[in-house]
Amino acid sequence: MSEIDEQLDGEADAAPMLLPLDQWHRDRGARMVEFAGYMMPVQYEGIIAEHLWTREHAGLFDVSHMGQLVVSGQGAAEALETLLPGDISALKPGRVRYSLLLAEDGGILDDLMVTNRGDEYYVVVNGATKWDDIGHLREYLPDDVTLNHLDEHALLALQGPEAAKALGALGLKPAFEGMPSLEDLTFMQAGPFMWGERPLGISRTGYTGEDGFEISVRAEDVVALADALTAMGEVMPIGLGARDSLRLEAGLPLYGHDLTPETDPVSADLAFAISKVRREGGGFPGAERILDLLADGPQRLRVGLALEGRMAAREGAKVMSEGGEVGVVTSGGFSPSLQHPIAMAYVDSAHAAPDTQLEVEMRGKLLSARVVPMPFVPHRYHRRGVRP
Amino acid sequence: MSRHFTKDHEWIDVSEDVGTVGITDYAQSQLGDITFVELPEVGSTVGKSDSVSVVDSVKAASDVYTPVSGEVVAVNDALADEPEKVNTDAEGEGWLFRVSLSDPGELDSLMDEAAYTTYIAGL
Repeated sequence: MSEIDEQLDGEADAAPMLLPLDQWHRDRGARMVEFAGYMMPVQYEGIIAEHLWTREHAGLFDVSHMGQLVVSGQGAAEALETLLPGDISALKPGRVRYSLLLAEDGGILDDLMVTNRGDEYYVVVNGATKWDDIGHLREYLPDDVTLNHLDEHALLALQGPEAAKALGALGLKPAFEGMPSLEDLTFMQAGPFMWGERPLGISRTGYTGEDGFEISVRAEDVVALADALTAMGEVMPIGLGARDSLRLEAGLPLYGHDLTPETDPVSADLAFAISKVRREGGGFPGAERILDLLADGPQRLRVGLALEGRMAAREGAKVMSEGGEVGVVTSGGFSPSLQHPIAMAYVDSAHAAPDTQLEVEMRGKLLSARVVPMPFVPHRYHRRGVRP
Repeated sequence: MSRHFTKDHEWIDVSEDVGTVGITDYAQSQLGDITFVELPEVGSTVGKSDSVSVVDSVKAASDVYTPVSGEVVAVNDALADEPEKVNTDAEGEGWLFRVSLSDPGELDSLMDEAAYTTYIAGL
């Protein structure tokens, strides 16, 4: 056997950092691996069991490795708009938007979530890229805009159809009069809450395709919060392994794999993150190239592939059509919900239409693959006006 | 019958110069949920330490090396539909393939159960 060593990503040279919940994970039998410079739980009970539990009940994920940043000061929205293609000025208080940190050439430096907290913008970036992101923001934000790194805060995600019931049982109160209650929050909305005396920043967002929440909590309160949530019968702790298989089924790209500085938002099929007003006005990094790609169509496109058989296509595998190479797999694995392998790949636009038959080369074999729309598993977000 | 182990976490049971090969219980516990097993072709000739099989878990694919040289005389077809047998019974029903040994002397370089237990305790 090879590759039993499970290091997934991150810096190999520096000693890994420990998250506030490190011992909590170990006490629950987690297998810990290094990821993005931190020791992280990759699994507890097993990836498939944890994956299916999240789809049926509620899973608690420790994502404290992610960067929690606050951008404030006069002109913060306009300053962010020079770095992102999102319409940040129009983002209302209490609303969350998915956006992209772009390089001068329009390449994707990171994907992130921006929340308008009323008097400041709360930005969550990927763990593996956060130090580079902070450097980039410090370099490009003007002096009267302040960047704070909330490195004394942990971040938990509670995801799944029973997440609202579980979080509701904590008896949270809006932090201020006039702020929404937990029940009032719909997908991509956020608010400040109090759990007794403890402040929590909660958004109805996630990375699984399920209804759920992401909870910013002071590091000193995170053990109590994780204990309180997992004390409920519907909540189990879930590791990074299932986080990856869940987001893959949900069609959500993973930075460093499906998105890189060499990919642009249009080829990545993330054109929805380029707001209409920004398409008209431009003024974001790489705008000229990106607007051209929007007008002319990209040469390559990120698509979903459903594979026949059980052998999984992995990152780096070639995508073939009639003996010619037409693309490359950027992430792939066995789908626990669908019981067959799925993958994301960049393929030439001529081969990107749904139902196009392709092949993936794995270890000298050609696996039959079909282009399918994403998400592979339907999203079940709690949207405005839609009540289950 | 004697059971031997490799540092790469394969086991082999040898009976009348035919070895049954699988991955160890330790290996399956490290790999997690196994979703697919690629097996060698019956009749193929393999050399000691060749990669002859692949075990796919949700996370990653891992090569399996044959502990001995010889000819593959059987594979565990039941794994096509039930790869999870490698998780539930790695050192029994989850066996992978059988090799007719061309050089039984190769077994001398492998570990016995006690040595393997000590080896994984040190990992």
